[in-house]
Amino acid sequence: MGTRNYRRKTSHSEHGPGDGGRTGSWRVERPVLDQSLCIPCKRNKEACFICWLFCPEIVISRTIPPRVDLEYCKGCGICAEECPTRAITMVDEAKFSEEDKE
Amino acid sequence: MHIIENGNAAAALGVKLCRANVIAAYPITPQTPLTEKLSEYVERGDMKAEYIPVESEHSALAVCIAASSAGARVFTATSANGLLYMHEQVQWASGARLPIVMCVVNRAVGAPWNIWNDQQDSISQRDTGWIQIYCADHQQIIDTVIKAYWIAEKVSIPIMVCYDGYILSHTFMPFDLPDQEKVDGFLPPFKPEYALSPEEPANLNTVTLPDVRLDVHGELAHSYMEIRYLLQEDLRTTLTVAADAEKRFGEIFDRCGDPYIESYRCDDADHVAVGLGSLTYQLRVSVDALRKEGIKVGVMGVRFYRPFPDEAIANALKGKKTVIVFEKALSYGYEGALTSDLKSALYEHLAGTGTLPSVQNFIVGIGGREIRTDDLTQMFRSATQGRVSREPTWIGLKL
Repeated sequence: MGTRNYRRKTSHSEHGPGDGGRTGSWRVERPVLDQSLCIPCKRNKEACFICWLFCPEIVISRTIPPRVDLEYCKGCGICAEECPTRAITMVDEAKFSEEDKE
Repeated sequence: MHIIENGNAAAALGVKLCRANVIAAYPITPQTPLTEKLSEYVERGDMKAEYIPVESEHSALAVCIAASSAGARVFTATSANGLLYMHEQVQWASGARLPIVMCVVNRAVGAPWNIWNDQQDSISQRDTGWIQIYCADHQQIIDTVIKAYWIAEKVSIPIMVCYDGYILSHTFMPFDLPDQEKVDGFLPPFKPEYALSPEEPANLNTVTLPDVRLDVHGELAHSYMEIRYLLQEDLRTTLTVAADAEKRFGEIFDRCGDPYIESYRCDDADHVAVGLGSLTYQLRVSVDALRKEGIKVGVMGVRFYRPFPDEAIANALKGKKTVIVFEKALSYGYEGALTSDLKSALYEHLAGTGTLPSVQNFIVGIGGREIRTDDLTQMFRSATQGRVSREPTWIGLKL
Protein backbone atom coordinates (compact mmCIF):
# COMPACT_ATOMS: atom_id res chain seq x y z
CA MET A 1 0.00 0.00 0.00
CA GLY A 2 1.45 3.34 -1.01
CA THR A 3 0.59 7.01 -1.11
CA ARG A 4 -0.41 7.15 -4.82
CA ASN A 5 -3.94 8.32 -4.05
CA TYR A 6 -3.04 10.78 -1.34
CA ARG A 7 -4.86 14.03 -2.00
CA ARG A 8 -1.83 16.34 -1.96
CA LYS A 9 1.53 16.51 -3.69
CA THR A 10 3.33 18.40 -0.95
CA SER A 11 4.11 18.02 2.73
CA HIS A 12 1.09 19.63 4.39
CA SER A 13 0.51 19.39 8.13
CA GLU A 14 -2.65 20.22 9.99
CA HIS A 15 -3.01 20.79 13.69
CA GLY A 16 -3.17 17.48 15.52
CA PRO A 17 -1.07 14.74 17.04
CA GLY A 18 1.33 12.90 14.84
CA ASP A 19 1.36 15.04 11.71
CA GLY A 20 5.12 15.22 12.02
CA GLY A 21 5.43 11.43 12.24
CA ARG A 22 5.69 9.16 15.29
CA THR A 23 8.36 11.14 17.01
CA GLY A 24 8.29 8.88 20.09
CA SER A 25 10.79 6.67 18.27
CA TRP A 26 13.37 9.46 18.57
CA ARG A 27 13.39 9.14 22.39
CA VAL A 28 16.45 7.79 24.19
CA GLU A 29 15.24 8.75 27.70
CA ARG A 30 11.71 8.48 29.03
CA PRO A 31 10.13 10.88 31.58
CA VAL A 32 8.96 8.92 34.64
CA LEU A 33 6.70 10.62 37.22
CA ASP A 34 7.02 10.07 40.98
CA GLN A 35 3.45 10.77 42.13
CA SER A 36 4.59 11.12 45.74
CA LEU A 37 6.46 14.30 44.73
CA CYS A 38 4.09 15.68 42.06
CA ILE A 39 2.11 18.71 43.37
CA PRO A 40 -1.30 18.04 41.72
CA CYS A 41 -1.05 14.35 42.72
CA LYS A 42 -0.14 15.13 46.33
CA ARG A 43 -2.86 17.76 46.76
CA ASN A 44 -5.35 16.12 44.41
CA LYS A 45 -6.05 19.58 43.02
CA GLU A 46 -5.52 21.29 39.66
CA ALA A 47 -2.27 23.03 40.42
CA CYS A 48 1.26 23.55 39.13
CA PHE A 49 1.14 21.78 35.72
CA ILE A 50 4.51 23.32 34.91
CA CYS A 51 5.35 20.14 32.94
CA TRP A 52 2.20 20.57 30.81
CA LEU A 53 2.98 24.24 30.29
CA PHE A 54 6.58 23.74 29.22
CA CYS A 55 6.28 20.61 27.08
CA PRO A 56 7.16 21.82 23.55
CA GLU A 57 5.39 18.83 21.97
CA ILE A 58 2.09 19.22 23.87
CA VAL A 59 2.24 15.55 24.86
CA ILE A 60 1.69 16.04 28.63
CA SER A 61 -1.93 16.15 29.76
CA ARG A 62 -3.36 18.69 32.19
CA THR A 63 -4.76 15.92 34.40
CA ILE A 64 -4.18 14.33 37.79
CA PRO A 65 -1.78 12.65 37.42
CA PRO A 66 -0.28 14.34 34.34
CA ARG A 67 0.18 11.75 31.57
CA VAL A 68 2.83 11.64 28.84
CA ASP A 69 1.87 10.45 25.36
CA LEU A 70 4.88 8.25 24.65
CA GLU A 71 3.83 7.85 21.00
CA TYR A 72 5.08 11.38 20.38
CA CYS A 73 7.28 12.32 23.39
CA LYS A 74 10.78 12.90 21.98
CA GLY A 75 12.35 12.63 25.42
CA CYS A 76 13.77 16.13 25.43
CA GLY A 77 13.68 16.30 29.24
CA ILE A 78 12.35 19.84 29.54
CA CYS A 79 9.55 18.62 31.85
CA ALA A 80 12.09 17.02 34.20
CA GLU A 81 14.23 20.14 34.13
CA GLU A 82 11.29 22.46 34.90
CA CYS A 83 9.45 20.37 37.52
CA PRO A 84 9.74 22.40 40.77
CA THR A 85 9.68 19.29 42.97
CA ARG A 86 11.93 17.10 40.79
CA ALA A 87 9.06 14.64 40.45
CA ILE A 88 10.05 13.73 36.89
CA THR A 89 13.17 11.70 36.17
CA MET A 90 14.56 10.88 32.73
CA VAL A 91 15.20 7.15 32.57
CA ASP A 92 17.25 5.39 29.88
CA GLU A 93 14.89 3.68 27.38
CA ALA A 94 17.11 0.60 27.52
CA LYS A 95 15.87 0.05 31.07
CA PHE A 96 12.34 -0.68 29.78
CA SER A 97 11.41 -4.02 28.28
CA GLU A 98 10.35 -4.26 24.62
CA GLU A 99 6.71 -4.58 25.76
CA ASP A 100 6.91 -1.41 27.79
CA LYS A 101 8.32 0.46 24.82
CA GLU A 102 5.24 -0.36 22.76
CA MET B 1 -3.19 45.61 -31.83
CA HIS B 2 0.37 45.87 -33.11
CA ILE B 3 2.79 47.94 -31.04
CA ILE B 4 6.52 48.58 -31.09
CA GLU B 5 8.17 48.03 -27.73
CA ASN B 6 11.24 46.44 -26.17
CA GLY B 7 11.40 42.88 -24.86
CA ASN B 8 11.17 43.85 -21.21
CA ALA B 9 8.01 45.85 -21.95
CA ALA B 10 6.61 42.86 -23.82
CA ALA B 11 7.09 40.75 -20.68
CA ALA B 12 5.58 43.45 -18.44
CA LEU B 13 2.55 43.78 -20.71
CA GLY B 14 2.11 40.02 -20.59
CA VAL B 15 2.13 40.05 -16.79
CA LYS B 16 -0.38 42.91 -16.78
CA LEU B 17 -2.69 41.05 -19.18
CA CYS B 18 -2.49 37.99 -16.91
CA ARG B 19 -3.68 40.12 -14.00
CA ALA B 20 -0.92 39.09 -11.60
CA ASN B 21 -1.93 39.94 -8.00
CA VAL B 22 1.49 40.22 -6.39
CA ILE B 23 4.81 41.30 -7.88
CA ALA B 24 8.02 41.24 -5.89
CA ALA B 25 11.30 41.89 -7.62
CA TYR B 26 14.74 43.34 -7.07
CA PRO B 27 16.20 45.32 -9.96
CA ILE B 28 19.20 43.91 -11.79
CA THR B 29 20.53 44.72 -15.24
CA PRO B 30 19.21 43.84 -17.86
CA GLN B 31 15.92 42.96 -16.12
CA THR B 32 15.46 46.42 -14.49
CA PRO B 33 13.18 48.07 -17.11
CA LEU B 34 10.76 45.14 -16.76
CA THR B 35 10.23 45.65 -13.04
CA GLU B 36 10.19 49.42 -13.47
CA LYS B 37 7.41 49.05 -16.01
CA LEU B 38 5.39 46.86 -13.64
CA SER B 39 5.84 49.28 -10.74
CA GLU B 40 4.57 52.06 -13.03
CA TYR B 41 1.47 50.04 -13.93
CA VAL B 42 0.73 49.41 -10.26
CA GLU B 43 1.45 52.99 -9.18
CA ARG B 44 -0.74 54.43 -11.93
CA GLY B 45 -3.55 52.04 -11.05
CA ASP B 46 -3.39 50.31 -14.46
CA MET B 47 -2.82 47.06 -12.62
CA LYS B 48 -4.62 46.01 -9.47
CA ALA B 49 -1.67 44.34 -7.79
CA GLU B 50 0.58 44.59 -4.78
CA TYR B 51 4.07 45.63 -5.82
CA ILE B 52 6.34 44.64 -2.95
CA PRO B 53 9.81 46.20 -3.01
CA VAL B 54 12.38 43.89 -1.43
CA GLU B 55 16.02 44.07 -0.43
CA SER B 56 17.23 41.08 -2.43
CA GLU B 57 16.31 38.45 -5.00
CA HIS B 58 16.16 35.83 -2.25
CA SER B 59 13.46 37.91 -0.58
CA ALA B 60 11.72 38.58 -3.90
CA LEU B 61 11.12 34.90 -4.46
CA ALA B 62 10.35 34.33 -0.76
CA VAL B 63 7.56 36.93 -1.06
CA CYS B 64 6.29 35.24 -4.21
CA ILE B 65 6.32 31.84 -2.48
CA ALA B 66 4.29 33.21 0.43
CA ALA B 67 1.83 35.08 -1.78
CA SER B 68 1.39 32.11 -4.09
CA SER B 69 0.77 29.86 -1.06
CA ALA B 70 -1.99 32.29 -0.08
CA GLY B 71 -3.59 31.90 -3.50
CA ALA B 72 -2.25 34.93 -5.39
CA ARG B 73 -1.04 34.89 -8.98
CA VAL B 74 2.52 36.13 -8.61
CA PHE B 75 5.39 37.34 -10.75
CA THR B 76 9.06 38.04 -10.34
CA ALA B 77 11.99 38.54 -12.67
CA THR B 78 15.75 38.53 -12.40
CA SER B 79 19.05 38.02 -14.19
CA ALA B 80 22.48 36.50 -13.62
CA ASN B 81 23.78 36.81 -10.04
CA GLY B 82 20.30 37.78 -8.86
CA LEU B 83 19.06 34.39 -9.99
CA LEU B 84 22.00 32.69 -8.31
CA TYR B 85 21.24 34.55 -5.09
CA MET B 86 17.69 33.22 -5.32
CA HIS B 87 18.81 29.64 -5.79
CA GLU B 88 17.71 28.28 -2.41
CA GLN B 89 14.20 29.69 -2.88
CA VAL B 90 14.17 28.52 -6.51
CA GLN B 91 14.43 24.93 -5.27
CA TRP B 92 11.81 25.66 -2.60
CA ALA B 93 9.25 27.02 -5.06
CA SER B 94 9.24 23.86 -7.18
CA GLY B 95 9.25 21.50 -4.18
CA ALA B 96 6.30 23.46 -2.78
CA ARG B 97 4.57 23.09 -6.17
CA LEU B 98 3.76 26.79 -6.57
CA PRO B 99 2.81 28.07 -10.05
CA ILE B 100 5.11 31.08 -9.99
CA VAL B 101 6.13 32.69 -13.28
CA MET B 102 9.55 34.33 -13.38
CA CYS B 103 11.27 36.00 -16.30
CA VAL B 104 14.99 35.35 -16.49
CA VAL B 105 16.59 38.01 -18.65
CA ASN B 106 19.69 36.07 -19.57
CA ARG B 107 23.04 37.52 -18.55
CA ALA B 108 26.52 36.19 -17.82
CA VAL B 109 27.32 35.29 -14.21
CA GLY B 110 30.31 36.55 -12.21
CA ALA B 111 33.18 36.25 -11.59
CA PRO B 112 34.45 38.33 -13.27
CA TRP B 113 31.66 40.91 -13.35
CA ASN B 114 29.92 41.08 -16.67
CA ILE B 115 26.50 42.53 -17.38
CA TRP B 116 26.16 41.33 -20.97
CA ASN B 117 24.27 38.44 -22.42
CA ASP B 118 24.90 34.74 -22.29
CA GLN B 119 22.72 31.96 -20.83
CA GLN B 120 24.85 30.58 -18.02
CA ASP B 121 22.42 31.95 -15.41
CA SER B 122 19.30 29.99 -16.34
CA ILE B 123 21.24 26.95 -17.56
CA SER B 124 22.83 26.73 -14.12
CA GLN B 125 19.27 26.38 -12.69
CA ARG B 126 18.40 23.51 -15.03
CA ASP B 127 18.06 20.90 -12.29
CA THR B 128 15.87 22.88 -9.89
CA GLY B 129 12.55 21.31 -10.94
CA TRP B 130 11.31 24.44 -12.74
CA ILE B 131 9.94 24.46 -16.25
CA GLN B 132 12.21 26.47 -18.56
CA ILE B 133 11.02 28.05 -21.79
CA TYR B 134 13.31 30.09 -24.09
CA CYS B 135 12.03 32.92 -26.29
CA ALA B 136 13.49 34.06 -29.59
CA ASP B 137 11.58 37.33 -30.14
CA HIS B 138 9.21 39.78 -28.47
CA GLN B 139 6.03 38.09 -29.66
CA GLN B 140 7.26 34.88 -28.05
CA ILE B 141 8.04 36.73 -24.83
CA ILE B 142 4.55 38.14 -24.35
CA ASP B 143 2.81 34.99 -25.58
CA THR B 144 5.01 32.74 -23.45
CA VAL B 145 4.26 34.71 -20.29
CA ILE B 146 0.53 34.19 -20.91
CA LYS B 147 0.93 30.50 -21.75
CA ALA B 148 3.28 30.08 -18.77
CA TYR B 149 0.61 31.03 -16.24
CA TRP B 150 -1.83 28.60 -17.80
CA ILE B 151 0.67 25.73 -17.81
CA ALA B 152 2.09 26.50 -14.35
CA GLU B 153 -1.36 26.62 -12.76
CA LYS B 154 -2.42 23.39 -14.50
CA VAL B 155 0.58 21.39 -13.26
CA SER B 156 1.47 23.35 -10.10
CA ILE B 157 5.07 23.82 -11.17
CA PRO B 158 6.88 27.17 -11.47
CA ILE B 159 8.14 28.41 -14.84
CA MET B 160 11.15 30.44 -15.95
CA VAL B 161 10.47 32.42 -19.11
CA CYS B 162 14.00 33.05 -20.42
CA TYR B 163 15.03 35.65 -22.99
CA ASP B 164 18.35 37.13 -23.99
CA GLY B 165 19.48 40.27 -22.21
CA TYR B 166 19.83 43.36 -24.46
CA ILE B 167 19.42 41.38 -27.70
CA LEU B 168 15.75 40.98 -26.79
CA SER B 169 15.26 42.89 -23.54
CA HIS B 170 16.45 46.28 -24.82
CA THR B 171 15.70 46.15 -28.54
CA PHE B 172 12.44 47.40 -30.04
CA MET B 173 10.35 45.21 -32.28
CA PRO B 174 6.76 45.22 -33.49
CA PHE B 175 4.50 42.60 -31.97
CA ASP B 176 0.83 41.91 -31.45
CA LEU B 177 -0.51 42.97 -28.07
CA PRO B 178 -3.24 40.44 -27.23
CA ASP B 179 -6.68 41.78 -26.25
CA GLN B 180 -7.45 41.72 -22.55
CA GLU B 181 -10.75 39.95 -23.22
CA LYS B 182 -9.03 37.16 -25.11
CA VAL B 183 -6.42 36.74 -22.39
CA ASP B 184 -9.21 36.56 -19.79
CA GLY B 185 -10.84 33.90 -21.92
CA PHE B 186 -7.62 31.94 -22.17
CA LEU B 187 -6.51 32.29 -18.57
CA PRO B 188 -9.12 31.86 -15.84
CA PRO B 189 -8.48 33.36 -12.37
CA PHE B 190 -6.05 31.34 -10.25
CA LYS B 191 -7.89 29.04 -7.86
CA PRO B 192 -5.50 26.70 -6.06
CA GLU B 193 -6.76 23.54 -4.36
CA TYR B 194 -5.52 24.92 -1.08
CA ALA B 195 -4.65 28.50 -0.16
CA LEU B 196 -3.44 29.56 3.26
CA SER B 197 -6.37 30.75 5.32
CA PRO B 198 -7.14 31.32 9.02
CA GLU B 199 -10.25 29.14 8.58
CA GLU B 200 -8.14 26.22 7.46
CA PRO B 201 -4.76 26.59 9.16
CA ALA B 202 -1.91 24.40 7.97
CA ASN B 203 1.83 24.12 8.18
CA LEU B 204 3.21 23.92 4.63
CA ASN B 205 6.25 21.97 3.47
CA THR B 206 6.91 20.66 6.96
CA VAL B 207 9.79 18.34 7.65
CA THR B 208 9.39 14.92 6.12
CA LEU B 209 10.97 11.91 7.77
CA PRO B 210 12.70 9.36 5.53
CA ASP B 211 9.56 7.20 5.51
CA VAL B 212 5.86 7.84 4.86
CA ARG B 213 3.57 8.78 7.77
CA LEU B 214 -0.07 8.74 8.79
CA ASP B 215 -1.50 12.26 8.75
CA VAL B 216 -4.00 13.59 11.32
CA HIS B 217 -6.85 12.02 9.37
CA GLY B 218 -5.15 8.64 9.52
CA GLU B 219 -4.33 8.68 5.79
CA LEU B 220 -0.95 7.52 4.58
CA ALA B 221 0.87 10.69 3.51
CA HIS B 222 3.89 11.08 1.23
CA SER B 223 7.40 11.46 2.48
CA TYR B 224 10.18 13.37 0.73
CA MET B 225 10.85 10.67 -1.86
CA GLU B 226 7.21 10.42 -3.01
CA ILE B 227 6.89 14.22 -3.19
CA ARG B 228 10.03 14.48 -5.30
CA TYR B 229 8.96 11.59 -7.53
CA LEU B 230 5.63 13.32 -8.18
CA LEU B 231 7.47 16.49 -9.19
CA GLN B 232 9.45 14.51 -11.76
CA GLU B 233 6.35 12.66 -12.97
CA ASP B 234 4.37 15.89 -13.35
CA LEU B 235 7.26 17.60 -15.13
CA ARG B 236 7.21 14.83 -17.72
CA THR B 237 3.41 15.18 -18.04
CA THR B 238 3.92 18.91 -18.54
CA LEU B 239 5.01 18.12 -22.12
CA THR B 240 1.42 17.06 -22.87
CA VAL B 241 0.00 20.06 -21.00
CA ALA B 242 2.26 22.36 -23.04
CA ALA B 243 0.81 20.92 -26.25
CA ASP B 244 -2.71 21.58 -24.92
CA ALA B 245 -1.70 25.14 -24.03
CA GLU B 246 -0.35 25.72 -27.54
CA LYS B 247 -3.51 24.35 -29.16
CA ARG B 248 -5.79 26.41 -26.89
CA PHE B 249 -3.68 29.52 -27.45
CA GLY B 250 -3.88 29.00 -31.22
CA GLU B 251 -7.66 28.71 -31.11
CA ILE B 252 -8.05 31.99 -29.22
CA PHE B 253 -5.22 34.11 -30.62
CA ASP B 254 -4.84 32.64 -34.13
CA ARG B 255 -1.15 31.91 -33.79
CA CYS B 256 0.65 28.82 -32.57
CA GLY B 257 3.37 26.41 -33.50
CA ASP B 258 5.22 23.38 -32.28
CA PRO B 259 5.10 23.66 -28.48
CA TYR B 260 8.62 22.32 -27.98
CA ILE B 261 10.82 23.20 -30.92
CA GLU B 262 10.90 25.73 -33.73
CA SER B 263 12.37 24.41 -36.96
CA TYR B 264 13.56 26.43 -39.94
CA ARG B 265 14.36 24.73 -43.28
CA CYS B 266 14.97 21.45 -41.45
CA ASP B 267 12.76 19.08 -43.47
CA ASP B 268 15.26 18.23 -46.22
CA ALA B 269 18.36 19.35 -44.29
CA ASP B 270 21.39 17.08 -43.84
CA HIS B 271 22.88 19.27 -41.13
CA VAL B 272 20.90 21.00 -38.43
CA ALA B 273 22.01 23.70 -36.02
CA VAL B 274 20.37 23.66 -32.60
CA GLY B 275 20.24 26.38 -29.95
CA LEU B 276 18.20 28.30 -27.40
CA GLY B 277 16.74 31.78 -27.76
CA SER B 278 17.54 34.62 -30.16
CA LEU B 279 20.70 32.90 -31.41
CA THR B 280 18.53 30.49 -33.41
CA TYR B 281 17.02 33.41 -35.36
CA GLN B 282 20.49 34.75 -36.12
CA LEU B 283 21.43 31.27 -37.33
CA ARG B 284 18.60 31.48 -39.89
CA VAL B 285 20.73 34.04 -41.74
CA SER B 286 23.59 31.51 -41.83
CA VAL B 287 21.18 28.82 -43.00
CA ASP B 288 20.01 31.01 -45.89
CA ALA B 289 23.62 31.81 -46.84
CA LEU B 290 24.71 28.16 -46.77
CA ARG B 291 21.61 27.07 -48.68
CA LYS B 292 22.67 29.47 -51.47
CA GLU B 293 25.97 27.56 -51.58
CA GLY B 294 23.96 24.37 -52.02
CA ILE B 295 24.56 23.01 -48.52
CA LYS B 296 21.41 21.49 -47.09
CA VAL B 297 21.19 23.02 -43.64
CA GLY B 298 18.48 24.05 -41.21
CA VAL B 299 18.16 25.37 -37.68
CA MET B 300 16.05 24.18 -34.79
CA GLY B 301 15.34 26.32 -31.74
CA VAL B 302 14.57 24.46 -28.52
CA ARG B 303 11.76 26.39 -26.82
CA PHE B 304 11.03 23.93 -24.03
CA TYR B 305 14.27 23.03 -22.29
CA ARG B 306 12.82 21.59 -19.08
CA PRO B 307 10.99 19.29 -19.19
CA PHE B 308 13.21 18.19 -22.08
CA PRO B 309 11.16 17.21 -25.15
CA ASP B 310 13.51 14.33 -25.92
CA GLU B 311 11.17 12.44 -28.23
CA ALA B 312 10.20 15.47 -30.31
CA ILE B 313 13.84 16.45 -30.65
CA ALA B 314 15.02 12.96 -31.59
CA ASN B 315 12.23 12.62 -34.17
CA ALA B 316 13.13 16.00 -35.67
CA LEU B 317 16.81 15.06 -35.96
CA LYS B 318 16.38 11.44 -37.04
CA GLY B 319 18.53 10.60 -40.04
CA LYS B 320 20.36 13.93 -40.14
CA LYS B 321 24.09 13.67 -40.81
CA THR B 322 25.21 16.33 -38.38
CA VAL B 323 23.70 18.17 -35.47
CA ILE B 324 25.58 21.30 -34.47
CA VAL B 325 24.69 22.73 -31.09
CA PHE B 326 25.45 26.41 -30.57
CA GLU B 327 25.37 27.38 -26.91
CA LYS B 328 25.82 30.51 -24.82
CA ALA B 329 26.58 28.45 -21.71
CA LEU B 330 28.32 25.26 -20.74
CA SER B 331 28.60 22.69 -18.04
CA TYR B 332 32.12 23.63 -17.05
CA GLY B 333 34.47 20.67 -17.18
CA TYR B 334 32.57 18.97 -20.02
CA GLU B 335 30.46 20.56 -22.73
CA GLY B 336 27.29 22.57 -23.29
CA ALA B 337 24.41 21.26 -21.18
CA LEU B 338 22.06 21.30 -24.18
CA THR B 339 24.60 19.23 -26.13
CA SER B 340 24.68 16.56 -23.43
CA ASP B 341 20.89 16.51 -23.15
CA LEU B 342 20.52 16.29 -26.89
CA LYS B 343 23.03 13.45 -27.22
CA SER B 344 21.18 11.60 -24.50
CA ALA B 345 17.85 12.02 -26.33
CA LEU B 346 19.36 10.90 -29.64
CA TYR B 347 20.97 7.85 -28.05
CA GLU B 348 17.76 6.92 -26.23
CA HIS B 349 15.53 7.13 -29.31
CA LEU B 350 17.83 6.43 -32.26
CA ALA B 351 20.69 4.20 -31.10
CA GLY B 352 20.97 1.08 -33.23
CA THR B 353 18.60 2.39 -35.93
CA GLY B 354 21.38 3.65 -38.19
CA THR B 355 19.87 7.14 -38.03
CA LEU B 356 22.04 8.58 -35.27
CA PRO B 357 23.57 11.92 -36.30
CA SER B 358 27.02 13.03 -35.20
CA VAL B 359 26.91 15.91 -32.70
CA GLN B 360 29.22 18.89 -32.48
CA ASN B 361 29.23 21.68 -29.93
CA PHE B 362 30.11 25.34 -30.42
CA ILE B 363 30.26 27.84 -27.59
CA VAL B 364 29.47 31.43 -28.58
CA GLY B 365 28.81 34.86 -27.16
CA ILE B 366 30.08 34.18 -23.64
CA GLY B 367 29.84 37.39 -21.60
CA GLY B 368 28.35 39.25 -24.53
CA ARG B 369 31.22 38.60 -26.97
CA GLU B 370 29.88 39.72 -30.31
CA ILE B 371 28.42 36.87 -32.32
CA ARG B 372 29.25 37.70 -35.92
CA THR B 373 26.91 36.04 -38.36
CA ASP B 374 29.83 35.47 -40.76
CA ASP B 375 31.64 33.55 -38.01
CA LEU B 376 28.56 31.45 -37.34
CA THR B 377 28.23 30.71 -41.07
CA GLN B 378 31.89 29.78 -41.40
CA MET B 379 31.86 27.43 -38.39
CA PHE B 380 28.52 25.96 -39.48
CA ARG B 381 30.04 25.28 -42.94
CA SER B 382 33.14 23.64 -41.39
CA ALA B 383 30.99 21.44 -39.18
CA THR B 384 29.08 20.15 -42.20
CA GLN B 385 32.38 19.01 -43.72
CA GLY B 386 33.52 16.92 -40.77
CA ARG B 387 34.19 17.01 -37.08
CA VAL B 388 35.86 20.27 -36.04
CA SER B 389 36.91 19.10 -32.59
CA ARG B 390 36.06 16.55 -29.94
CA GLU B 391 36.00 19.32 -27.37
CA PRO B 392 33.47 22.17 -27.56
CA THR B 393 34.79 24.81 -29.97
CA TRP B 394 34.66 28.41 -28.78
CA ILE B 395 33.75 30.81 -31.56
CA GLY B 396 35.16 34.33 -31.42
CA LEU B 397 37.73 33.49 -28.77
CA LYS B 398 40.76 35.80 -28.99
CA LEU B 399 43.33 33.63 -27.24
